Amino acid sequence: MNTQATQTMPHAAAVAAVEHEDVGFWRKYIFSTDHKVIGIQYAITALVFLLFGFGLIMMMRWQIAHPGQPIPVIGPLLEATLGQVAAKGIMSPDLYNSFGAMHGTIMIFLGVVPLAFAAFGNYVVPLQIGAVDMAFPRVNMASYQAYLIGGIIMFVSFFIPGGAAQAGWTSYSPLATVIPTHGQTFWLIGMVFLITSSLLGAVNFIATIIQLRAPGMTWMRLPFFVWAQFVTAFLLLLAFPPLEAAAIMQLADKLLGTSFFLPTGLAVGGQLANISGGGSPLLWQHLFWFLGHPEVYVLILPAMGIVAEIITNNTRKPIWGYKSLVYSALAIGFLSFIVWAHHMYLTGMGTKIATFFQTTTMIISIPSVIILTCLFLSLWGGSIRFNTQMLFALAFLPMFGIGGLTGLPLGFAASDIHLHDTYYVIAHFHYVVAPGTIFALFAGIYHWFPKLTGRMMNEFWGKVHFWGSLIFMNIVFQPMFAQGMAGMLRRMADGGANYSAAVAPEAIGTLSHWIMQLHTYILWGAVGLALVQIPFIINLFWSLKHGQPVKSDNPWQATTLEWQTPPPPPHGNFDKPITVYRGPYEYSVPGHATDFTPQNEPPRGKAES
Amino acid sequence: MSESPEHVSRHVRGYLIVGAALLIGTVLTVWASYIDLGHQWNIVLALIIASAKASLVALFFMHLISERQMIYLVLGFTAFFFAGLMALTIGAYHDFPPFTVTR
Amino acid sequence: MDIPYTTQARPDTGVYNAKVGVWLFLASEVMLFGALFSAYILLRVGALPADWPHGLLNIPIGTFNTAVLITSSVTVVMAWASLKMGRFDRFKIFQTITVLCALAFLGIKTFEYRDKFTHYEVWKTDGSRLTGHIEGKPAFLTLDKLKDAKVEKIHFLPDPHHYAEGRLAARKHDVEHKAVEIPVSDIKRLSAFVPAHSTYFAIYFTLTGLHALHVLGGAIVIAYLLGPGSRMWFTEPERFINRVETSGLFWHFVDLVWIFLFPVLYLL
Repeated sequence: MNTQATQTMPHAAAVAAVEHEDVGFWRKYIFSTDHKVIGIQYAITALVFLLFGFGLIMMMRWQIAHPGQPIPVIGPLLEATLGQVAAKGIMSPDLYNSFGAMHGTIMIFLGVVPLAFAAFGNYVVPLQIGAVDMAFPRVNMASYQAYLIGGIIMFVSFFIPGGAAQAGWTSYSPLATVIPTHGQTFWLIGMVFLITSSLLGAVNFIATIIQLRAPGMTWMRLPFFVWAQFVTAFLLLLAFPPLEAAAIMQLADKLLGTSFFLPTGLAVGGQLANISGGGSPLLWQHLFWFLGHPEVYVLILPAMGIVAEIITNNTRKPIWGYKSLVYSALAIGFLSFIVWAHHMYLTGMGTKIATFFQTTTMIISIPSVIILTCLFLSLWGGSIRFNTQMLFALAFLPMFGIGGLTGLPLGFAASDIHLHDTYYVIAHFHYVVAPGTIFALFAGIYHWFPKLTGRMMNEFWGKVHFWGSLIFMNIVFQPMFAQGMAGMLRRMADGGANYSAAVAPEAIGTLSHWIMQLHTYILWGAVGLALVQIPFIINLFWSLKHGQPVKSDNPWQATTLEWQTPPPPPHGNFDKPITVYRGPYEYSVPGHATDFTPQNEPPRGKAES
Repeated sequence: MSESPEHVSRHVRGYLIVGAALLIGTVLTVWASYIDLGHQWNIVLALIIASAKASLVALFFMHLISERQMIYLVLGFTAFFFAGLMALTIGAYHDFPPFTVTR
Repeated sequence: MDIPYTTQARPDTGVYNAKVGVWLFLASEVMLFGALFSAYILLRVGALPADWPHGLLNIPIGTFNTAVLITSSVTVVMAWASLKMGRFDRFKIFQTITVLCALAFLGIKTFEYRDKFTHYEVWKTDGSRLTGHIEGKPAFLTLDKLKDAKVEKIHFLPDPHHYAEGRLAARKHDVEHKAVEIPVSDIKRLSAFVPAHSTYFAIYFTLTGLHALHVLGGAIVIAYLLGPGSRMWFTEPERFINRVETSGLFWHFVDLVWIFLFPVLYLL
C-alpha cells in the first residue's frame, strides 16, 4: 500500500481503522462500501431478476403454444394479482406485450449486465489487480442503490393500472408514447436510475483499473477478465448517456406533451394527435441503438473474460495469444460504436449509409472471431480438467459461435430485409446471450464460489445442471431459426396462429403446420430448462452450509491474484502487501515445482520483500 | 496538479486574461449574429467563436494544456465517439431514400 | 485499510483517483449533451422554417447570463489558485462570488422561463399565426382549458412581428400594436411557449433545464466545500485542494456547455 499517502494523513487512517472494526449489521451488509459485499448484493439481486424474467417468458411460451388457453397452475395466481388482463388465467394480448417488453428489459438491464459487469466485476476485478477496494467505495454503494431503485420501479410497474410498458424493450416511438397507460413512464424513470447506476459503476471500474493496480501489475500483466471489464466499462460510460438523453426526451413526450419523436400529422386511433409535431421517430432509434449495439458487447465481453480465465486454468497452459485477445477486445470496443444502425435497415435508411454500416458490421466480426479462435486454440495440447465450470466454458464456445455466425446474415441489408423482426433474430441473439453469456456466468459462479464462501459446489449436481441446460437450451432456440426463416414474426401474442395454414389455408406464404408445431417443442424445452435450474438453485444454497470446505486458498491452483488470499478475502482483501512479478497465465512453466506460478511469486533467487 | 505555489501565482495573470478573452468572445458572438452573412455562414461563424471559447476554458481553466496522457486518451476516445454519433446520425438523416415523402 | 492515491498522484499515471473519476464522468457528460445536440440538429433540419423561432429569446439577458457564468468560472479557478498559494481567506471570497453567480444565473433563468410561460402563439383557423400576450398574463393556458372554462373570446396583445420572420426583420417592424379580440371558435391551436409548443421549445427547455440542474448541482457542491466541507483544509489540505480542483473541473464543464448553448439557442 502507499505508505507515503498513509503518512500524510495519520488522522484519517486512524479514523478509518476504527470505523472498520465494528460497523454493525446495516453498514456491513446493507449500506456496505466493501466491493465484495456490493458484488454479492449485485449477484443476488441480478439472479433473482433473471429468475423473474425467466418466469415471464415461461408464461409467454404457454400463450404462444396454446393461445387463449388458461395458463396451468400459475393462471389463477396471475388473475388474482393482475386482475382483468389475466381474466380466467388467460393471458390477454396487452399482458403478453407487457411481459414481452419487460422480459427483455429485465433480462438485459436488471439481470445479465448487473451480474456479468457489476457483480463479477465488483468482486473479482479489485482482487485480480491486487487492490484493497474500488477507487470510490461510496460511489460504488450509490451505484448499487440506484440499480436497486431502478429495479423496484420496474417491478412495481407491473401492478399499476394498465400494467407495465408494452412497447417492447426497444420502446420505439411513437408507439411507446401513444399507448395511454403509464407503464412506459415507469419504464423510462426506471431506466434513468439504471443508466445512472451503470455510469457510476463504469467510472469506478475504469478509475480502479487505471489507478489501483498493485505494484508490478503492468497493463500487459492484467488478466484478460480485467481487460474485458475495462473495455465494457468504457462502452457503458460512453454509450449509455445518449440513451439517457433519449429517455429524458421520451419522458418529456409522455408527460409534457412535446414532440421529440412524434412526427407531424401523427394520427392516434383515427384522429390527429393534439401535438405540435415536427419530431423524428428515427431519432429515438438512433439514440436507442447507439446504446443498444455496444450493449451487446457489454453482455458478451465479460462473458469472454470469464471463459478465458476458466479455460486457461483448466487446460493448465498459458492462454493462446494473450495480446491478440487484448487487442481484439479493444478493437471490439472501438468498433461497437459505429455499427449501431444495422438494426435499422428496415426503418428508413439510404444505400450509402447502409453500406457504411454493413461494412463496419462485417469488420467487427473479425475481432470476435479472433477471440473465439484464441480460446479454441488454447485447448490444443492441454491436459483438460472437465469440471463443471470448464464444461460451461467449453459449451460457451460453440454456442456463442452459433449466435455470432447467425448474426452475419442480419448484418447484410439484403438478407436482413427478410429476417428482420422474425424469430430468426430472437434465436440469433438468444444464442449469444443465453447459452452464450449465461453459460459463462454459470461457469463464473462455479469457479469463484469457493472464493466467496470457502466451500465447493457439488460437482455431480453441477454436471446435471450443465448437461440439462445445454440440451434444453438448444431444444428451445434451435427451432426458432426455422420459424424465423419461414417468416414468423416476433412479438405476436398468438404465436402467429392467425397467419398459419390452419387458419388461412388459401393464402400464400402461410406458416405450415410443422412450423407452428415447433412452438410445442419449444414450450416443453423451456419447461425442461426450468426444471434443470432447480438442482443449481439447491446446490447454491446447500453448498453455502454443507459444501466441501476448500483445502487451501487456491483450490483450482490458479495463477491470478484473487486466489492468493484467504476465502472469503478479509476487508482490505490481502493480509500482506502484494507485488506482481509476472504475467497472468504462467501455467506449466518448465522447471517450476508446481504446474502454476502465481503472479505474485518472486522470480527465483529473489526473496519476497 | 502538483505545481509549486510560485508556479501557480504566475498562472493567475493568465486566468484573468483568459476570463477577459471569454467576455470579449461573448460580445463578439452576439455582434456577429447581427451581421447578415447568409444563414449558413452565421452558423459557422458562431460555432467557430464558441469552439474557440470552449477551447480556452478547457485548455487553461481545466488545465488540459498540461494534463497527463491518461486524460488525453480518455478524452480522445470520447471525442471520436461523439463525432461518430453526430456524423453518422446526421449522415443517415440526409441519406434518406429519395421516394420518402416525409422526414 | 486505505485506498491509495486519494491525495497523491500515482507515479506512472501522474494523477490522483478523483481526477480520473471526474474526467471520466465529464466524458459521459459530453456524450449526454452530445446526444441532445444531435437531437437539436435533427429537429432543426427537419423543421419547417415557420416552426423554428428566431430571436424569440431575450439576447441582452442571455448575454448577461453568459457573462455571469464566465465570471464564476474565473473565480473558481482563482479560488483553487488561492488555495495552492495558501491563501484560505481569498479562497473563501472567490468561492462566495462563485456561489452568488450561480444563484444569479438560476434566478435569471427562472425569470426567463416565467416570461416564456406567459407568452403565447395562436394558430387561427384561417391559417394565420400570431404571437403575443393574453390579457391578465395567465400561464400554461391551452385551447382545451379555454373551452372547459367556456370562454368565448380572448383579449390578445400581439407582438409586432411573428418569430418566423427572424430577428433581423424585427427591427424593421416598428409598428404600433394594440390589443385584438379573438373568438375562441376562430382558434385552431393555442400554446404558451412551453415545451409542447414546438420542437424548438422542447429542445430549448430540455437543454437549458438539464444545464440548470447541473448548475444547481455544481453550486451545491461548491457551497458545501465553502461551508462545512472546508474544515478539511486544516486536517488534510492537499486532499481539500484536490476536492476544490475536481469540483472546479465540473464547474468549468458546465460553463463550457453554456458557451455552446447560448449561440445555438439564442442567436442562431
